[in-house]
Amino acid sequence: MPAVELQSISKTYNNGELKAVNEVSFSVKKGELFGLIGPDGAGKTSIFRILTTLLLPEQGQASVVGYDVVKDYKEIRKKVGYMPGKFSLYQDLSVQENLEFFATVFGTTIEANYDLIRDIYIQIEPFRHRRAGKLSGGMKQKLALCCALIHRPEVLLLDEPTTGVDTVSRKEFWEMLKRLKQEGITILVSTPYMDEATLCERIALIETGNILSIDTPEGIIRQFPKLLYAIKAARMSQLLRDIRQYPEVDSCHAFGEFHHITFRQNEDALAKLLGHLQNLQHQGLEIKAITPTIEDCFINLLAKA
Amino acid sequence: MDLNEKVITTHKLTKRFGDFVATNEITFDVYKGEIFGFLGANGAGKTTAMRMLCGLSTPSSGEASIAGYDIYKETEKVKAHIGYMSQKFSLYEDLTVMENIRLFGGIYGMSNAYIKSKSEALIQQLGMEKEVKKLVGSLPLGWKQKLAFSVAVFHEPKIVFLDEPTGGVDPITRRQFWDLIYEAADRGITIFVTTHYMDEAEYCNRISMMVDGYIKALDSPTRLKQQYSAETMDEVFFELARGAQRKGD
Repeated sequence: MPAVELQSISKTYNNGELKAVNEVSFSVKKGELFGLIGPDGAGKTSIFRILTTLLLPEQGQASVVGYDVVKDYKEIRKKVGYMPGKFSLYQDLSVQENLEFFATVFGTTIEANYDLIRDIYIQIEPFRHRRAGKLSGGMKQKLALCCALIHRPEVLLLDEPTTGVDTVSRKEFWEMLKRLKQEGITILVSTPYMDEATLCERIALIETGNILSIDTPEGIIRQFPKLLYAIKAARMSQLLRDIRQYPEVDSCHAFGEFHHITFRQNEDALAKLLGHLQNLQHQGLEIKAITPTIEDCFINLLAKA
Repeated sequence: MDLNEKVITTHKLTKRFGDFVATNEITFDVYKGEIFGFLGANGAGKTTAMRMLCGLSTPSSGEASIAGYDIYKETEKVKAHIGYMSQKFSLYEDLTVMENIRLFGGIYGMSNAYIKSKSEALIQQLGMEKEVKKLVGSLPLGWKQKLAFSVAVFHEPKIVFLDEPTGGVDPITRRQFWDLIYEAADRGITIFVTTHYMDEAEYCNRISMMVDGYIKALDSPTRLKQQYSAETMDEVFFELARGAQRKGD
């Protein structure tokens, strides 16, 4: 039995005008760390709200640890821990009061499950008397995770836990998730940051309500259909324009220090392009074949969709 | 980028809130047409610094001039010569595309004739002819952000401040957004931008990195990577921000 399963789930808003989730199907195995990767408006939050029984799907079926999201909503609420994208703890209760509150609501105590949250909680414990509303972003995130874990849920649903958080805190957060996975907790996590995809065991790439691909990060990268090259030169924005105008180039996107290029089906296109760019007086040209990133794959799938 | 013309200069710019020094003696220059990345960990003091540079918050000490205007005495002139856009507040959702353009054009003192001719060119450039009369709230996020940027530079400011303009935007739109940034910079508009995407840091001419209220590093992405023996800007950021004491918002 999968820990989470969706079969052709759909949800619309504005009387059907906006298709937020469009026949989405995927399943998350027990103990798996599964990522839902996509930009704002992809439908990630609607999926989380359906799985947490806060929103009714219009079509399709979904279950969490075997319970149906419509019929068995009471059971599901006991089994899942949920961290919404928007900070939703009580701002005017202290750190400790929030944690006690959530423990009590779920009929347990902090002591009973302290081992599960200890590593995270000790980082905010010095501030346990501070009101939640007065915490920094990184500390709010840690408190929200503790509150979502305090009843030892079987499935943890995390909606964009790292949005707006800096690189250092993001790395720390993913380390925490790895440790929770070792405790046997199933984790479904969403993120708009493509570079976080490789930290998941399997991912679904999603955009405007549609799943583009589901696989392991390595599998998605293997499916990239073409050879990919990274190129740089002294004048990068001019280089981008010149490459895009070259007829044998299939795609060219800026990727930080380099631009990433794919070609149409021509064998010697690369050599010809380099000659062309040299004729255009580009200085400091450097090109290499590279392995695609998840973001390359996402762009490729998006362009095809 | 024109190294002969400085559009932002600061000298020991400082903001204190009681005992807390949010921004601590920051000194730097930004040039005309430069894309300047203003990075830092959460709580490093970026927002406070930006608010001072926009004329919204009076410094505790130090000096700064924006587009040639003093940030203590000439805040209204500073505001008239800059543009501002953030991820959170961009446009009025319950006004149409054209109403937003007219509103912001009017606020910046543009004439009706200028607003009319320029908005037509803008709509065409963005390919939004069919959306002119739609409420901004009904547009996809990517379009909103592109429109918001265009509105922020509608009055051809000297500098535009962009506070995490691409947060949550899909990878293709994010790159189209940067095309708009490059175009504006080529026109001579200085871009002052914050971001959490480290690949976008690479698109900047220079980067400043704030940690605990100080500017810890300031250079081109290439030289920063050399200096910190790092492969990527992500590693540079991690190296600098790891030791941060403040973990605020």
